[in-house]
Amino acid sequence: MTELSKTEAAVGEPTPAGGTPRAFLDVRDLKVHFPTDDGLVKSVDGLSFQLEKGKTLGIVGESGSGKSVTSLAVLGLHRLGNRGKNVQMSGEIWLDGKELVSASPDEVRRLRGREMAMIFQDPLSAMHPYYTVGNQIVEAYRVHNKVDKKTARKRAVELLDRVGIPEPAKRFDNYPHEFSGGMRQRAMIAMALVNNPELLIADEPTTALDVTVQAQILDLIRDLQKEFGSAVIIITHDLGVVAEIADDILVMYGGRCVERGPVDKIFYEPQHPYTWGLLGSMPRIDRAQTDRLIPVKGQPPSLINVPSGCAFHPRCPYEDVPEGGVTRTERPELREVGGRHHVACHLSQEDRSRIWTEEIAPKL
Amino acid sequence: MSETETRAGTSAARTEKPAADEKPLLKVEGLVKHFPVKKGLLQRQVGAVKAVDGIDFEVRRGETLGVVGESGCGKSTMGRLITRLLEPSGGKIEFDGTDITHLGTSGMRPLRRDVQMIFQDPYGSLNPRHTIGTIVSAPFRLQGVEPEGGVKKEVQRLLELVGLSPEHYNRYPHEFSGGQRQRIGIARALALKPRMVVADEPVSALDVSIQAQVVNLMDDLQDELGLTYVIIAHDLSVVRHVSDRVAVMYLGKIVELADRDALYTSPMHPYTKALMSAVPIPDPKRRTAKSERILLRGDVPSPIAPPSGCRFHTRCWKATQICTTTEPPLAELRPGQRVACHHPENFEDQQPQDTVLLSVAKEAAALVADEVLAESAQTSAAVAAEREPEASGEAAETEAEASAEEVTKKSASKEPEGK
Repeated sequence: MTELSKTEAAVGEPTPAGGTPRAFLDVRDLKVHFPTDDGLVKSVDGLSFQLEKGKTLGIVGESGSGKSVTSLAVLGLHRLGNRGKNVQMSGEIWLDGKELVSASPDEVRRLRGREMAMIFQDPLSAMHPYYTVGNQIVEAYRVHNKVDKKTARKRAVELLDRVGIPEPAKRFDNYPHEFSGGMRQRAMIAMALVNNPELLIADEPTTALDVTVQAQILDLIRDLQKEFGSAVIIITHDLGVVAEIADDILVMYGGRCVERGPVDKIFYEPQHPYTWGLLGSMPRIDRAQTDRLIPVKGQPPSLINVPSGCAFHPRCPYEDVPEGGVTRTERPELREVGGRHHVACHLSQEDRSRIWTEEIAPKL
Repeated sequence: MSETETRAGTSAARTEKPAADEKPLLKVEGLVKHFPVKKGLLQRQVGAVKAVDGIDFEVRRGETLGVVGESGCGKSTMGRLITRLLEPSGGKIEFDGTDITHLGTSGMRPLRRDVQMIFQDPYGSLNPRHTIGTIVSAPFRLQGVEPEGGVKKEVQRLLELVGLSPEHYNRYPHEFSGGQRQRIGIARALALKPRMVVADEPVSALDVSIQAQVVNLMDDLQDELGLTYVIIAHDLSVVRHVSDRVAVMYLGKIVELADRDALYTSPMHPYTKALMSAVPIPDPKRRTAKSERILLRGDVPSPIAPPSGCRFHTRCWKATQICTTTEPPLAELRPGQRVACHHPENFEDQQPQDTVLLSVAKEAAALVADEVLAESAQTSAAVAAEREPEASGEAAETEAEASAEEVTKKSASKEPEGK
């Protein structure tokens, strides 16, 4: 991939073949395909990104764009039990110098929970209803640390306190159903953080919560990241959330990355028509808006029959701008357009800047 | 009603909207719904979930009323009450001058033509064993209506109206995506040319790009058919976009009901202010302005035993003694803005004699940035000064400054306590 060799050349680090990859988390050309009776579902189809410690990456995209599958792939959760037979994975996932796609399930299991942890969207179904909240945290701790129950309990109470559960020692013995939605999400965060993971993946951590609770949880994640210095991936469909918390943003469409870059670039100089579409479809709370929203026409693509060429072309208003129907026949490569900002689009740089400044930006 | 007539009706309704003498389409007074909580062998009633606990509002012809609030505040129950899918425990609902509070199933049937509902879940609200044709034509069958040109033709017209293809007539719901299913739900709701449509979270299950399509569609249909909407949603950005007026609910009560712009630019109820400040703004530059955010303490109390007095006093940073004892009435403090609060934001204090903050309020205020407190004190004082013509401008200014300083001092002294 061009952008990889470029960045590596600049930093002067060895190539992946030579051993250590550059970033703390380095995903290269990740593909996750699921064979089904209807055909091959290409949930993730060639995704690359890097993430450093202490930074937050926001992954945005519509349902079915491959956001969650990516996070599950990083954690190696697709290969568990029977499901392992039904998935085809290729590419590389480097976490702190270790490659995870080719690693054995046992190796991945040792890392999961200790070096990387996940916060799920729905804490009610992610927690076991038959065990107390405290015992579930203790379990997560004792799997990776040889300590007695008392020490583990102390640690769990300490974390419950840290995530803002009132009376943590008492709440330790409650069952998940006795917690409110926001508290359950806090307990989930405590569980994820019990082993001080260096990579924290939060898959729609606030989607099921009310705005006031969402604000509390986002604040908590931000504070904890500062405290522990972990790398965080936030997966969401809410551009407001990523604007609030992310350093970098990756926009996914049809299993691929269409645009990736620093948060300011994505919001103030977005270059991909799909990103424009997302920004235009979003009602804003911070300004009076009498005009109509500008939706993206059509429906999200099927991952079995991903459109040829650029996957976005059937919904793209500028499909015919590049000459020779190239949007329908050739898949655009992700190219760097300056300052860690990458775009996969056939439009020329001049066209993109012109359309953004003249047509899109004034309407937002 | 023919198309032209309807359209004329709309424009008339739109222009006449400010006129106060026009009767509202829907009028709700003291509406109450309690769900009994039963326990034990004999299923004795031990309490009640006070889902909706005395609300008054009206819906004007041709307008869109947005209803917002957190989960459990009773907004969906309210929607089901005004469409009479639930039987109210008390109060009165008047639709176009007719009392529909306790009408039975058969009594409601003629009115079902006029009031329709769009549901949140486009997967659960369509029968998977019926074709789209059967689903959208169901209202005609139930009401015994024979539309001009036959049912099939009319259904196909409706499908086109909501942006689907007439060939979809014989397909089943599973063949459609979430956005398309929501369009089917809208087509069904519009089949009988209703006058009022109650939409409960119509777009929250949809992706952003699809959400915009459905919001625009509902907008177009309102213009075309002269519909009146009650849109219930938890997404404050969507509500700002679609509504003419907005009601904010908290624990079964309306705490603020105002014109959209007034509500979003100068919210008066502290809860409204906190709710709005919590919405993440899709603008990374605003991240530095994080101090504007008001974090609320803890969770919403249980609707089985709501707090006494003002229900928000357990989480409010302005709560005083009177808030625990006296429930504030929903009063029209500014034209078009009704608020139920003793110590409103952006307005003169209603209970200025009561200044001692509760201890919970002090703890809550520790979470609110000093600038926010100072600003709110200043604006309240400024409004108070405006409303007292005898007070000279200078005096008001110094007064405002003084009270702002006081607040800063207060919160400064509070800090060690909060930490």
